[in-house]
Parts: sequence; structure tokens; C-alpha cells
Amino acid sequence: MPSPSVTIVDYDSGNVYGVSRALEHLGFDVLLTGNPKQIEQAERLILPGVGAFDAAWNLLQERNLIDPIRAFVASDRPFLGICVGMQLMLDEGTEFGNHQGFGFISGTVERISDVGADGAPHPVPCIGWYALHQATNTNDPVFAHITEDDAVYFVHSFAANPEHGDDVLAHSEYNGNRIVAAVRRGNAYGVQFHPERSGASGMKILRNFMQAA
Amino acid sequence: MTNIRLIARLDVKAPFLIKGVHMEGLRKLGDPQSFAERYYQAGIDEIIYIDAVASLYERNTIVDIVRQTASNVFIPITAGGGVRSVSDARELLRAGADKIAINTAAIKNPTLVSGIASALGSQCMVLSVQAKRRTDGSWEAYCDQGREHTGKSVLDWVVEAEKLGAGEILLTSVDQEGTCRGYDVNLVKAVSAAVRIPVIASGGAGTIQHMEDVVRIGGATGVAMAHVLHYDKLALADVRDTMRASGVSLRPFHAVA
Repeated sequence: MPSPSVTIVDYDSGNVYGVSRALEHLGFDVLLTGNPKQIEQAERLILPGVGAFDAAWNLLQERNLIDPIRAFVASDRPFLGICVGMQLMLDEGTEFGNHQGFGFISGTVERISDVGADGAPHPVPCIGWYALHQATNTNDPVFAHITEDDAVYFVHSFAANPEHGDDVLAHSEYNGNRIVAAVRRGNAYGVQFHPERSGASGMKILRNFMQAA
Repeated sequence: MTNIRLIARLDVKAPFLIKGVHMEGLRKLGDPQSFAERYYQAGIDEIIYIDAVASLYERNTIVDIVRQTASNVFIPITAGGGVRSVSDARELLRAGADKIAINTAAIKNPTLVSGIASALGSQCMVLSVQAKRRTDGSWEAYCDQGREHTGKSVLDWVVEAEKLGAGEILLTSVDQEGTCRGYDVNLVKAVSAAVRIPVIASGGAGTIQHMEDVVRIGGATGVAMAHVLHYDKLALADVRDTMRASGVSLRPFHAVA
């Protein structure tokens, strides 16, 4: 049986290479492309992204990739948004004004708090490794064998604020503030952290996505 | 909690890993990639590569090292040294770097900071600052590996760069660098108080106590190590255990089987 293949959306938004190297290292066939037709016809699709919400959206729009990504997700094939790629899955972003997103997940993307739960200021962006706390009773295949001992790497100033709690698969905590770390609706997954930069824990999540989603 | 990041800093004179004192008297230590892989396996949180000669001789040499490392090391990689434009930064990102550290070119042209932040995102715009103590107790920013005066006050410069869109500060004390006598805690404390973005303390790590001090007193959320790792003076497992025991918050880590 050939190894499962994955298509990564290449749209000049930061480091798509990290994601493709990690998947190649795991032995999967990776296609890095900005071609709308290839994206729409993918077996599995990953939308990475760094930087600002509207900048990423505009890059997708300029490359005529909004509709192909929508069509892909509507078909319920496995989709994974990473970092800003996950934020774009929500209805609306609020970085540099309000901007429309895909709306695969109801809700908005909001700036994370400048202070911890105790009121003490803390750095923003939040950069670092934090443990994943999964929603109870999820047993999601993408998070199989991930425990509270698995920390993953975050770098962000904004985070998803989904309207429906059951769209949230996992959260992390930044000085007592709850950060939505992973979402899912149907076969569309999103992670705020960078699995491709999260060592062995991130590799487990990527492998799960490739084999189980 | 803010989980503190343990960071390996690898200064490179391609194709070698190098180390000096006060950023001078550089010695060749070996192949940087094999050091990076070893630190990754031992649980380092991030890798920083700085090309020590690029801005002096106006050439880029670090791209290949980043590309090779990014195939085997799956943690954040920051690369810097000689980055002069958005397209230089993009080239390093395409090679597999996650963040770009910039010092000299940003001082010569501060709009490069906003240019990189808007084109590639603040999260990848790391302002690298080489600070030297002045006799009046303040600090001056230097460039070209701590050799050239800029006349800029470190505290003014970091505030300006934060406004321009820098997402993080790599703060190196030229005075302490390579001495193993501890970080310049006062410098780190002053910079951490002046900005909201994360500050990585660099230069001077000799003991675990030094790292605890620069976190607890200085407010650093990242600690860079070079000499103590490259010369096997400290083991990362001991660093983690000791820091945790004294109450510093770190990520869970289990050695890769």
C-alpha cells in the first residue's frame, strides 16, 4: 500500500517547509502546492500559516485558493489548519480590524490577554511550550496517545474563541488564561500550536492526522 | 505559568560551530548540525544559529546549515547574522528557519523591522541586541559582533523596535559573553521592564544558578546557553531538574526513545 499522501497549501505565508519536512521525515508523500486544482483534489490537506489573519487571508485570495479550500472541506476529507491556518477556520478575525474567515468553526479570533489570571502582566506574544489539556470524553484519533505530559510549541498573540464548546478538542493554559489549542468540526481540524516544531509530541499528532483522520 | 524556554545558541562560522569570549577569539568546535541534533534529543526547547561573520563580509553562509538541521530537528529554529532584507529573511524561512534574528541591518535601517514584521509576521522578527555597559550604568547597542558603536541606548532601541513590530528580543551582553560568570541580570531586568514582548537572555551562563537568577530577578522568559553546552559543562537533564526543583516552570519533557 502506498504511504498516505498529504497536500500542503503553499501561499508564501511563512514556513511551510517545516511542516513538509516533518511529514517527509515520518515517511509520508508530501505535495507542496499553490495550485487551486491540486488543492481541491487533495487526499488530505494542511493549511499552515503565520503572521496576521488578514495578511494570510489576502494571500489566499490573491491566489484564488479560498473556494478550492472551501470545496475541499465541504467534501469532509481530512483537513488540518495550523496556527493562523487554524485561526482562518473561524468566522472572523480581529487583528488589525475585523476580517472574514472561512467560518468552518463558529466564533471569532481574539487577542490573548495582556495579563495572567492573577492580574500580573506577562509577555505577548505567548511563545513557548505548554501542555495540552484535552476535553473530557473526546478520545479523538488525532490526539491518541497524547497525555498531559505532552507539551507543544506555541507562538501567537491571537487565539480562537469558538462559539460552541464541543468544537474545542484541547486547550492550554498561559498564566491561568485558557487558550484554545485544538478545534474540530467534522473532519476539519485546527491546532493553534506548531506540531511540526513540537518534537516527538508534535510528530505523534501529525502521524495520527495522517493515519487516523 | 510562563514556561521558561531553554535555548541552545550556536554561533557559526560556516561550516563550523565556534565559540569565543566577548564575541572574539573564536574557536572552531565542530559541525554545528551534530551539536544541534544532540541538544534536540536531550530536550532543548529551541535552537538559535547566528552566523558570526556574515555581516562583516557581506555574505550569507548559514542557509545550508539551517536547511540540513530542519530535516532532523523538529523544534523552533532561529537564524540570524547578515540578514539585510525581507528577501534574505524569506530565504532562511524557506530553508526551514522559524524566526529571523536581526541586529546590524535593523540598526542601520529600522524600517527593516517593520518590513519583516508586516511581510512575514512579528512572530518571526527577533531583534538581536548586543549590549555593552556604559560607565554611567546604562547600556549601548553594538553591532558587527560587539565591535561597532551605534550610539543607540539599548533601552530606547528595544522600545522603538517593539513599536516597529519586533516579536521577541535576543539580548546578548557583550561584557558577559563567553565568561561563564553569569548573565547581566540588571540589563535583562531593565529590558524586560521596558517591553511586553519576550526577552531571551544571552551571554554569561556558567551555572544553573545563573539561569535561575536571570529568570527570577531579570524576568527573562528564555535563557540562551552556549559555552556550558558546547563544552559539556552542564547536562540539560540536570538543568531541568534543578530549575524545576527551585520553582522555575518548564515544559514536560521525556527523552526520545
